[in-house]
Amino acid sequence: MIAIAAPRVDWYSIAPVVILVATGLIIVLFKAIARNRVRTYEPALVVGMMGLAAGAFFLMKQWSMVVDGGPSDAVAHMIALDGFSVFVGVVVVVSAILMLLLSTDYLAEHRIESRPEYVALVLFSAAGMLMMAGANDLIVVFVALEVLSIPLYVLAAYDRTRARSLEAGIKYFVLGAFSSAILLYGVALTYGATGTTSLAGIQNFLSTNVLVHEGTLIAGMVLLLVGLAFKIGAVPFHMWTPDVYEGAPSPVTAFMASATKVAGFAVLIRILYTALPQYSTDWRQLLFALAALTLLGGSIGALLQTDLKRLLAYSSIAHAGYILIGVQAGTVKGVQSALVYLFIYAFMTIGAFAIVVALGGRDDLHSIADLRTYGRRRPVIAALLAFFLLAQAGIPPTAGFIAKLGVFGAAAQAHSYALLIVGVVTSVIAAFFYLKVILTMYAAEDDGGATDDTCEPATEGVVARPSLGLPVATVLVVCVAMTIWIGVLPTIIIDFARDASLII
Amino acid sequence: MTGAVGGYPVLTAIIITPILGALLVALVPARRPELARAIGFMASAATLGFALLMLWDFQTGFGGFQFVEHNRWFDSLGVGYIVGVDGFSLFMIIATAVLFPIGLLASAKIEHRPKAYIFWFLMLEGAIMGIFLSLDLIGFFVFWEAMLVPMYFLIAGWGSTNRKYAATKFFIYTAAGSAFLLAAALVLAFLHQADTGVLTFDYRTLAAWTGLSESTENWLFFGFMIAFAIKAPLVPFHTWLPDVHTEAPTAGSVVLAGVILKMGAYGVLRFGFELFPRASVTFAPLFLTLAVIGIVYGSIVAAMQKDAKRLIAYSSVAHMGFILLGIFSISVFGLDGAAFTMVSHPLTTGSLFLVVGMLYERRHTRDIDAFGGIWKSAPRLTALFLIATFAGIGLPVFSGFVGEFLSLLGTFAAHRWWAVVATTGVILGAVYMLWMFQRVFTGVPEGDNATMADANWREMAVVIPLLAFSLFIGLYPKPVLDRIEPTVKCVVRTFEMKTDLHRPAADRLDTSHVKGCR
Repeated sequence: MIAIAAPRVDWYSIAPVVILVATGLIIVLFKAIARNRVRTYEPALVVGMMGLAAGAFFLMKQWSMVVDGGPSDAVAHMIALDGFSVFVGVVVVVSAILMLLLSTDYLAEHRIESRPEYVALVLFSAAGMLMMAGANDLIVVFVALEVLSIPLYVLAAYDRTRARSLEAGIKYFVLGAFSSAILLYGVALTYGATGTTSLAGIQNFLSTNVLVHEGTLIAGMVLLLVGLAFKIGAVPFHMWTPDVYEGAPSPVTAFMASATKVAGFAVLIRILYTALPQYSTDWRQLLFALAALTLLGGSIGALLQTDLKRLLAYSSIAHAGYILIGVQAGTVKGVQSALVYLFIYAFMTIGAFAIVVALGGRDDLHSIADLRTYGRRRPVIAALLAFFLLAQAGIPPTAGFIAKLGVFGAAAQAHSYALLIVGVVTSVIAAFFYLKVILTMYAAEDDGGATDDTCEPATEGVVARPSLGLPVATVLVVCVAMTIWIGVLPTIIIDFARDASLII
Repeated sequence: MTGAVGGYPVLTAIIITPILGALLVALVPARRPELARAIGFMASAATLGFALLMLWDFQTGFGGFQFVEHNRWFDSLGVGYIVGVDGFSLFMIIATAVLFPIGLLASAKIEHRPKAYIFWFLMLEGAIMGIFLSLDLIGFFVFWEAMLVPMYFLIAGWGSTNRKYAATKFFIYTAAGSAFLLAAALVLAFLHQADTGVLTFDYRTLAAWTGLSESTENWLFFGFMIAFAIKAPLVPFHTWLPDVHTEAPTAGSVVLAGVILKMGAYGVLRFGFELFPRASVTFAPLFLTLAVIGIVYGSIVAAMQKDAKRLIAYSSVAHMGFILLGIFSISVFGLDGAAFTMVSHPLTTGSLFLVVGMLYERRHTRDIDAFGGIWKSAPRLTALFLIATFAGIGLPVFSGFVGEFLSLLGTFAAHRWWAVVATTGVILGAVYMLWMFQRVFTGVPEGDNATMADANWREMAVVIPLLAFSLFIGLYPKPVLDRIEPTVKCVVRTFEMKTDLHRPAADRLDTSHVKGCR
């Protein structure tokens, strides 16, 4: 009989994950017990928020532990507890909070049912992302990926009366499952080549042994990369992104664009930097191609879009390309710049999708041409959208500039000049399509007409003008404030990211 | 040098005052445009006050930076907030500070969302001030990019029929250039870090560093020069200028011609030359050639224009050619002339755009053929235009003459044949300007031209100060040259020390006794 020694579980280091899962379970149970006898959504939302707040609290605790005691790992080295995992965890939790705030009015307006479960699914997914941030073993990576993905498949299809949403869910599910399989294949090959699935173990093995036949490991690495490239929406594995982003309910899209991407990049960085540093010349070449393709594909794809959500989807692909520039550098500075970018990007993109939510509309579609009167009819919404688009274009003094400066700086330092050039060229292309939207809102309002609009009171908004609810307004204020604050005084976030990336 | 005049940082005040004014304007309710106008004008006037204060305390005979402020911004990237002023930037600041209140006065008739207009206009002023004052490469880039947004919205919101196209073209052209500027700046700073261990974007430190290999220097030089050549604009990167000028609102054109075009030339003087002296000397003939092409081509195309504003826009291409000619002659006279023209051109071309704007307000057309005989109906307006024309074509006693003369003198000494060809531009300039004057103002007025209202006191007050100042420094250029020349000599001395530049005998002005050179 084989005695299985149960590993010592350090609850502290997995507290945020446990709390989020527990909160999600409580919500599901509550709904099951309460049925429709009482209002269930509001309590579920409050409980969910409290769970996220508790998760954030434990992340803070973990941060002080890491700062005082250095990085550690737990649960038989399966979970890493370091600055990196905390940093990523913070971004995930903040995104989840903002996303739930965005959802409140949206769910009601779109008459989406089963709202308590919606909250629970977001919590489960966030728990998977937190796991992903700390995953120190390829098996955990896979489990975390599934935990975060499966709730997202459901969430993407949550507006089940709308065909596009269902389509998005199915598409995401099929392609997501496909990419998970590829990732798992990569895990298997890597295990075959090194005899371990632990990231530290792989690194250890590779530093003490020289592989005579590298083929298996390289193949494993490529498959791991491909699997993760699906998740972060890198070209040429991006095909699902526009359709899913467009079809999914807008708050879910915001969550996918921000938190999922953060988690995907977190695990990508961790695998490459902790398990495979010996092969950095190999994976840097792969990432070079991936980054260049992603930048070009995202920017050029965005040029052709006529729908705001699709445009934002392509722009998020382009952003993945910029983050890949930082990862590709293969240096601490590269990781730092990627983390800063992810942090800033989360606020910029949630802000932009918050505008999509605020625009309202039955079928959640917003053709860019329909925005043509918004500069006049809804000046606040238009100004905010313009702000977020300019921030995404990287115009100073917004945070978007700091983000781009960081990754370009990392590329320059690592002598990745070709990638630097691709990056700056695509940022000009990007400026073009962001401007197209802004121009539509502001300059198209009186095309061909005379200068008739002299300070008329903005009362014609009686036609379908949903008021800006308090939760959405809160999200917008937070995102604008962060985007300006980091843009003007970036030191705090840069130092935070530096500490997080040094520890890895 | 201390950063303070009378106990406060004057350069920061110059940058921040318009921005604070803009934020105040944003808080004014939209129903009270007159309040927004008043605040806007006061903010730009206060900026002018600070600028004049700085001019008063500016020490002549000193070639280095004055009023330097050095604060940390984000250290982990080596970026600081560093501002300072020297002979090159001094008069750009003054010109900006003068043109913006005038631009606001000239925009008094704007009825379409005046509050937003004034907001963007003041933001533009703050950003331009930042461009001319920043001594940190990233700080410079931040302002350089930030300037695009207000200008974009000004053109897109208040331009004429084709404004969407013009606004986008302006933004994309500039953004394309500045993307390479950013890339080159980053590479430069990280190469410096690899060599010395210090990560900094402080332009003074980078300029003092001599560790660049020659081929790297050439590449980085071109990275910077793409941005500056587009902005200047040098042929063949000039095509955005006529479109943008034609579509921009009058005050936008004034500011564009007056200071935004100078940003390119300023960038060459400040960053191209000091950071990459060897590459500058190597490629000087190329840029001289492009400048000469700009002068001749700009003049010829200007003569063919049917649209008055477009004509002046092409004349700006020619004038910028003279500035770049003087710059790339790399001689004391030539640089003096370039820097002087950078002061003079805002005055003369600004006046021309203002008068054309007045014609447009009256007739809602800029088609030269639609006018005629305006001298009879609007003599004061005609007088303004005639004087502005004389000033613009470089008639002696006006400032344009001094600048062009010095530019050509310096170029003749160093690169004779380029100067010879460029001189034809002076004649062509007289041809197209006088021809336009003849078509618009002389003859017998018909229809609307016969009943055109003459210039009122506000319009006179807007144009006359510019022309008076042009006349003043044209007659007595010493106060301006005294402040420019030390910096010019410092730059030329840098070239003598760091490169194998052979200065011609005619340009052997002593450069060794200037104080404050880096």
